[in-house]
Amino acid sequence: MTTTALKEPVRDTSPGAAREPRRRTGWIRRVSLPYLLLLPALFFELLVHLVPMVIGVVMSFKELTQFYIRDWGTAPWSGLDNYKVSVDFDAPVGKALLHSFGVTVAFTLLSVGLCWLIGTAAAVFMQDTFRGRGLLRALFLVPYALPVYAAVITWVFMFQHDNGLVNHVLHDQLHLTDKPSFWLIGDNSFYALLTVSVWKGWPFAFLIVTAGLQNIPRELYEAAALDGAGMWQQIRRITLPSLRPVNQVLVLVLFLWTFNDFNTPYVLFGKSAPEAADLISVHIYQSSFVTWNFGTGSAMSVLLLLFLLVVTGGYLLVTSRGRRPADV
Amino acid sequence: MSSAHTPMAPPRSFVWSRRIFLTLLAGFVLVPVYVMVSSSLKPLADVTGKFRWLPSGLTLRPYVDIWSTVPLAKYFVNSLIVAGAATVCSVVIAVFAAYAVSRYEFRGKRVFTVTVLSTQMLPGILFLLPLFLIYVNIGNATGIALFGSRAGLILTYLTFSLPFSIWMLIGYFDSVPRDLDEAALVDGCGPLGALFRIVVPAAVPGIVAVAVYAFMTAWGEVLFASVMTNDTTRTLAVGLQGYSTLNDVYWNQIMAASLVVSVPVVAGFLLLQRYLVAGLTAGAVK
Repeated sequence: MTTTALKEPVRDTSPGAAREPRRRTGWIRRVSLPYLLLLPALFFELLVHLVPMVIGVVMSFKELTQFYIRDWGTAPWSGLDNYKVSVDFDAPVGKALLHSFGVTVAFTLLSVGLCWLIGTAAAVFMQDTFRGRGLLRALFLVPYALPVYAAVITWVFMFQHDNGLVNHVLHDQLHLTDKPSFWLIGDNSFYALLTVSVWKGWPFAFLIVTAGLQNIPRELYEAAALDGAGMWQQIRRITLPSLRPVNQVLVLVLFLWTFNDFNTPYVLFGKSAPEAADLISVHIYQSSFVTWNFGTGSAMSVLLLLFLLVVTGGYLLVTSRGRRPADV
Repeated sequence: MSSAHTPMAPPRSFVWSRRIFLTLLAGFVLVPVYVMVSSSLKPLADVTGKFRWLPSGLTLRPYVDIWSTVPLAKYFVNSLIVAGAATVCSVVIAVFAAYAVSRYEFRGKRVFTVTVLSTQMLPGILFLLPLFLIYVNIGNATGIALFGSRAGLILTYLTFSLPFSIWMLIGYFDSVPRDLDEAALVDGCGPLGALFRIVVPAAVPGIVAVAVYAFMTAWGEVLFASVMTNDTTRTLAVGLQGYSTLNDVYWNQIMAASLVVSVPVVAGFLLLQRYLVAGLTAGAVK
């Protein structure tokens, strides 16, 4: 009885003891209870995410410059002008956006790939117990646990031209460069950003894969060992395929976080990122707050969201389709 | 925890690859940590001149000076209030929502979970400005100051950790046997009684994990903190940049301050990480 009461509250009739009026209020409470429980979550998600998103879309169709900020409803409609400016790749604004998009895609692919690779390798290597494993695991989680600004500020110090560790090692100690390089401006900034991003991001992959590994049944390995499969073969034949569902989510989450990352480049470079490391979030932030042109900034954000929706949808479609035959 | 999964010892090639890989990785992880710790103990001359691996002399001076160079204590308190309140609210709200999804069938359940999860995908930059406008307008209309206040930041941060928290707790609650709370219902507990007397105590590791995650999220956020705070409500994320706007960049103090603001979260995280892994195993990655 109780199972039905929980799973299908609508059809529930409490034991005969309840009289008619009580039963009715009980019924209303049963039906509305899940919604009441969800209400706070729904309210805050609407207030902070969904309503602002809708307003953002509306703003992208307005000519929203600093004159209209106080009372943004009165800003004149501008149709698709903001979008036209954003995707006119011959004009400076569109050209810069396209460049920033390219940089972001390259950066995201490299960063996600490296984070996944390092995280998975570390998790697989640490699947078996060995001396010092617990300590090593704690150490590996430190970059993830550190607040972004504290970690990135340390990297800023390390990348300093005159007094940083990186130039000291590469130039003074290893003599790999003719003269100390600049890491936070110019072309090198891309690699600086990538390094920090991977340093900060791979422990998350490590954490998720470590958790995923614990769900692989031990018997699979035992059976494989009996069949004479070596360690490497077990990893290739059992571990990696078993991780596929975990990887599906992990790679997507890493992709979205990296693509939208604002904190790392913002702390690393300050308000104006060098061109080689001009990630799209910072680019839009600059387009909005430095030039005070919020309409164009919103249009760019909406385009970014559309792109992420398409990629996410396509990704889920492709990865889920590939998975089905394996599951059967 | 999980013991060797093969009856025989791993081959030498495996052991050596593991040794080399993990050593290199540990070096990569450790160098910035070492720089942070060692530089925070250096006199100023050591961090303005060429980088040196070993300090010319150890000093605790930076740890004294950080509190007077910028009002670090104030930022610290602000961050504690904001992150603490956001964590408590986020966890409570997530517990209710996850309980509803885990234990009840109702219309719109799938829409709810998909919508909440997909907010994770939104670029923060998309709703930064609209949110700013909403807070200003709410302030003008009702007199509730959200923009520039801690309340506004708490409100924002609690929603950042909410989707992941709900998602993880659903999985965790699902793994708590239904028989337990059904028995409680038969014994006369209301649904909320069953939630707080049975499900929540059984899911403590998952809830702890979610709380750690929520606290870290709020403690480390930069974008909204930089736009939505003023002098009195500034948090560490923004305040820490104060050391480098002066004529000299006090790198030893910056490193000391970074270390001081990291200790609470890193210590908490490392102490509770086994719960996070357990929570992830039970919930998110199943």
